[in-house]
Amino acid sequence: MTNALSKLLETRDWLMADGATGTNLFNMGLMSGDAPEMWNIDEPAKIRALYKGAADAGSDIFLTNSFGGNASRMKLHGAEGQVHELNKVAAALGRDIADASGRTIVVAGSVGPTGEIMSPMGTLTHERAVEMFHEQAEGLKAGGADVLWVETISAAEEFAAAAEAFALAGMPWCGTMSFDTAGRTMMGLTSADMVKKVGKLAHQPLAFGANCGTGASDLLRTVLGFAAAGPTLPLIAKGNAGIPKYHDGHIHYDGTPELMADYAVLARDSGATIIGGCCGTTPDHLRAMRHALETRPKGTAPTLDAITAALGGFSSASDGTDGAGPEAAPRRGRRAKRD
Amino acid sequence: MSDQDDEIILSELSDEDLVAQMYDDLYDGMKEEIEEGVNILIARGWTPYRVLTEALVGGMTIVGHDFRDGILFVPEVLLAANAMKGGMFILKPLLIATGAPRVGKMVIGTVKGDIHDIGKNLVGMMMEGAGFEVIDLGINNSVESYMGALESEQPDILGMSALLTTTMPYMKVVIDTLVEKGVRDDYIVLVGGAPLNEEFGRAIGADAYCRDAAVAVETAKTLVARKHNQGAVHA
Repeated sequence: MTNALSKLLETRDWLMADGATGTNLFNMGLMSGDAPEMWNIDEPAKIRALYKGAADAGSDIFLTNSFGGNASRMKLHGAEGQVHELNKVAAALGRDIADASGRTIVVAGSVGPTGEIMSPMGTLTHERAVEMFHEQAEGLKAGGADVLWVETISAAEEFAAAAEAFALAGMPWCGTMSFDTAGRTMMGLTSADMVKKVGKLAHQPLAFGANCGTGASDLLRTVLGFAAAGPTLPLIAKGNAGIPKYHDGHIHYDGTPELMADYAVLARDSGATIIGGCCGTTPDHLRAMRHALETRPKGTAPTLDAITAALGGFSSASDGTDGAGPEAAPRRGRRAKRD
Repeated sequence: MSDQDDEIILSELSDEDLVAQMYDDLYDGMKEEIEEGVNILIARGWTPYRVLTEALVGGMTIVGHDFRDGILFVPEVLLAANAMKGGMFILKPLLIATGAPRVGKMVIGTVKGDIHDIGKNLVGMMMEGAGFEVIDLGINNSVESYMGALESEQPDILGMSALLTTTMPYMKVVIDTLVEKGVRDDYIVLVGGAPLNEEFGRAIGADAYCRDAAVAVETAKTLVARKHNQGAVHA
């Protein structure tokens, strides 16, 4: 492997990724309801500033402003014909900032969910999902992304479709899912399930893990769940800076830089190699995280109690991996349960 | 459970056993069995309203509770809702023809800039499962779209959904417009979506934040009942 991320992973014990994209663009004046991806062309100076904010704060990896840049979502803004261009520019702006930094910074082409449910539950076919992810992947590749990075995924089928598309584009990749529903993804996947699903992919990622979700505590419980399931690849932790609060027309996440510094160190102790933030994580948070990762020694994996003591409580009692979850409703009828 | 016979003849079950079986079949998302059960109960002289409330709503309430408690997840609930829909398709014209009482009416849609409708669809299905009439505006709704639907549909409830931190503030734009036009108190405003929380719901002036579809149904029932009571007091 000759990509920049593989090289960094060979030489370093931990890497710091970036923070938020959407919430940081909000702070720069993005209006609610507008597509952040349009700014790649309409407001390139602000996108450069976003990337530079992460680079200057010490990120080894930053994700491009292309999260919603697939045909399914760009259609909403009448821009489904611009998928290639918007992704290419998103990556090219990132390439400039990374190359000008004077050190190795990985430009990771962000790929978010399609927003649709895949068949047979929903209407999106596997073929169409692969096609859309592939279109986006080629744009990011053309713009100079080092790796692709699918994030905030809920369904194993969608994750697999992205992997297949990235193979078609011939690109190395990373992938994270969002565990936001009682410690699982919206589709019910546990952290242990994800480790198994990733193991079955033909085009293996360089690293995998969790992003977004409900808060820093929950995210670390998920990372501990990955680690317990015996993963063979490096783990990624990209948690939100606390919980969203609403102030004067703006969303503000309540996690302080100090809290995110503690989170970063605990994430590394929990088994994560690539550590970053998600919603609400600003360059100030990233600086505090970098400083903590550089100055505090790596410790042993924290207990769940240690996590809640440092970062606050979990959103649910169980995350589905301990067999201690709530019990299903009793059966009433006579038919044996069909599986 | 292995001694149980999988080949159950629904029409041979007593009313009580059939309803119990329909609860399980809804839980397992068995659409054809639900359709058959609905037809059997109607043929036995049950009113359409009784079939709806006792068999279907009763069954979906169990699905809702296990969804709320993190036992069932989106795929299972979609299957259950699909089975429910099969039953509703049979019942709907019969309910209208028999002038069955209405639980309430909801206009629901995902806000401007947001394509995500999985949660919103679940809420719509569960609300229908609870007997509400649901007008679904789909995704990417502007203030004008919401206002137009409220005007023409005159619902009890306005539901708004957003999955992105970049789109959730739009809910406040809609609520502010309702206030401006002096119609805010005409509707119960419920909001939901992954990045939201109770505090956000309060801050933007919604009546309630609903964590998931099951909570949305419970909240809707409570608030509609309260609204009707208040209406009686104020009148």
